[in-house]
Amino acid sequence: MNLSLVDFLFYVFSAISVGGGLAVILSRNPVTAAMFMILSLVGVASLFVLLEAFFLAVLQVLVYAGAVMVLFLFIIMLMDVGPDSGKGAKLSKKRILSGFIALLGVGLLTVLTLEYSGVATVATDSADHWQDVTEETSAAGANIVFSKSVKSFGYGLFTKYMLPLQVAGFLLLAAMVGVIVLSKKTDDVDAHNKADGPSPGTTNPQSEEA
Amino acid sequence: MIKTVVMERKPLSLSERTYLPQIASGLKTTFSNLFKKKVTLQYPEQRPAIPRGYRGVPTLVKDPNGREKCVSCQLCEFVCPPKAIRITPGHVPEDDEERSHVEKAPEEFEINMLRCIYCGYCEEVCPEEAIFLQENYSLSGYSREEMINNKEELYELGGTLPDKHFKWDKKKADEESGNAH
Amino acid sequence: MDIELIQMLALKVTYAVVMVSVVMSIAGYTVLAERKVCAWMQGRVGPNRTVLPFVSAIPIIGPFLRNLGIFQPLADGLKFLFKEEIVPGHVNKFYYYLSPIVALVPALTTMTVLPFGEFTNAEGHTTPLVLANVDLGILFVFAISSLGVYGIVLAGWSSNSKYPFLGGIRSSAQMISYELAMGLSVLPVFLWVNAPGMTESGLSLVSIVNSQENAPWLVLIQPFSAFLFLIALFAETNRLPFDMPESETDLVGGFHTEYGSFKFGIFFVAEYAHVVIGSAIFTTLFLGGWHFLPWVADPWAPGLIGSLLGVGWFLAKTFCLIFFFIWVRWTLPRFRYDQVMKLGWAKLLPLALVNLIFYVILVTYLDQAAAS
Ligand code: SF4
Ligand code: SF4
Repeated sequence: MNLSLVDFLFYVFSAISVGGGLAVILSRNPVTAAMFMILSLVGVASLFVLLEAFFLAVLQVLVYAGAVMVLFLFIIMLMDVGPDSGKGAKLSKKRILSGFIALLGVGLLTVLTLEYSGVATVATDSADHWQDVTEETSAAGANIVFSKSVKSFGYGLFTKYMLPLQVAGFLLLAAMVGVIVLSKKTDDVDAHNKADGPSPGTTNPQSEEA
Repeated sequence: MIKTVVMERKPLSLSERTYLPQIASGLKTTFSNLFKKKVTLQYPEQRPAIPRGYRGVPTLVKDPNGREKCVSCQLCEFVCPPKAIRITPGHVPEDDEERSHVEKAPEEFEINMLRCIYCGYCEEVCPEEAIFLQENYSLSGYSREEMINNKEELYELGGTLPDKHFKWDKKKADEESGNAH
Repeated sequence: MDIELIQMLALKVTYAVVMVSVVMSIAGYTVLAERKVCAWMQGRVGPNRTVLPFVSAIPIIGPFLRNLGIFQPLADGLKFLFKEEIVPGHVNKFYYYLSPIVALVPALTTMTVLPFGEFTNAEGHTTPLVLANVDLGILFVFAISSLGVYGIVLAGWSSNSKYPFLGGIRSSAQMISYELAMGLSVLPVFLWVNAPGMTESGLSLVSIVNSQENAPWLVLIQPFSAFLFLIALFAETNRLPFDMPESETDLVGGFHTEYGSFKFGIFFVAEYAHVVIGSAIFTTLFLGGWHFLPWVADPWAPGLIGSLLGVGWFLAKTFCLIFFFIWVRWTLPRFRYDQVMKLGWAKLLPLALVNLIFYVILVTYLDQAAAS
């Protein structure tokens, strides 16, 4: 077999990310699962590196492996979930349903992959493919090209994809406020307006800022 | 009636709440300390000055003529709070030229330094001024047995103290003039 | 694989090994510096006994080196190696062994993007001395150093005992809280450097350093960002006053309570490696890296000597910062846990945001002024 170094690395990192992902759902111990998830995320980041998308790779590590998973571990440890929880559960309706949906998802993914594989050809001439963004291309975000440089992300996000970015940001903000409302002890809210129930207005303004 | 004074604590000013001026002054203090004279004593080479009246390891001493002073009265054994002293009393042989007037002397004298609390009672109680807590403060050993000082060790540690009284000389002279006790 | 690739790989590996050993020995000597400075501040003399046999024979230098404790780190390292290795029975073996490695690797990986000098060859072509001149420099550093927390968290969890666990929990909370403030505090720096009209651009640390050549250091332009970054750095390196995960007095050593011998040594060195790298990064970001003084051109001629002097100057600045770290440690008491959290979320983060917004407006204003 004639494998180039990049190909070889691709298989290694894919194996790491897929294997890690499998191990996440198969391991009994939640901490182990979390660790495998980190491994899987790092594997994906390495795949980004192979694609020369360094920025994405770094963000992947920074945000997911570095911050989100720490929170996961934090919660797992605080709740002290033992390796045994969920062992004796029966094959309930819910489980069958979720299994079915998962199968459906996998099937869909396979079909789509098969359908579209070979459509996207990788440009051999890297010079034009990884074209750098210049100030002109960004004028109205008209001809944004995907590029490995950080700048292109910036221009892309703040011109062409401004609206999606804002919407996503707004959604996240709403989610955050929602979490704060849900997790806040409702005692004081009840005392003030029992009829209205918790509303976003009663949240701590400071936490909203954060 | 007792009047209660409620102390008002002033709220911290802005500069105090940032901690920064305090941190700066603290840093200044530690920095100036960097160049102060060091107080460390380089121990094995330099020894601390032992103050008078220091209570070190209890030892047995001899009088200026090199004679054993202890008469094995066992007062120290009784007074010792942790029962560190063990004495086996013995006789001074009749024909001992040096100490012909003395009847008793310890055959064995042990001080267990694992028990001793350096209280100094033994020194205080001894009627013959035979036991002294001297300046030696560092004492170590590899086994429990090593930490029990027997008679030879005690005399070796104690040595001879200048004794102005020469009590036994007087006694001897008295005895010779037929005026014992 | 062709010969050239192998050659390049070998060269890179050699560089990496050299760099790792240099940083490790600096970390080792930082431990010594910590002990010495602490001793001096407390009116003591610190370690002054260890000496190699043949060195002690040299008349004046021998005793001088001995009094400085130069050989203490060697003795300490050996001690860690030869100590009995005790593994408590109640630990989770796998993670227990894994966590010291997880703690050390990120500390050493961040140094790959750390530029420490530059070399100008005869043709006037300048190459920065850095293992990997990644365009994303600072982001890479943040990403990797954020992984360092796993070592602590896992150590705390796998020790299966109360104090380490508390240390791990505290550290994860603290790291997350201060990472945000840290990232936000350096954003203005990059905004400034990448502002339209500036010569340098990109997130690379090399360009940051070069923007400070012959120009004011960034600490003079953005003292507030530097200040915030420094505080966050203290928190991220777990140094007093933020040494929540360890806090000897209330957690008996925190996450590494159950660790002994060489595993403890690795944690220890990792911690100091963090300090060394952190200081180096602060130097590159705010103190002009290997460039001489603000507004003053480098007095040394380009070339081998020049680049060596530059590296030396860079190291000197870094050592000053390390000294500052030590100095602060032996001056300040520890914050309480809730104070740390409050400081991070309610003070540092809003301040960093305000700082960022201020510089956004300033840079925009300058840009508009320049355009019109
Ligand atoms: S010093 Fe006190 S404890 Fe020690 S032998 Fe004398 S009486 Fe006993
Ligand atoms: S040392 Fe003094 S108190 Fe103790 S037995 Fe001898 S004479 Fe008596």
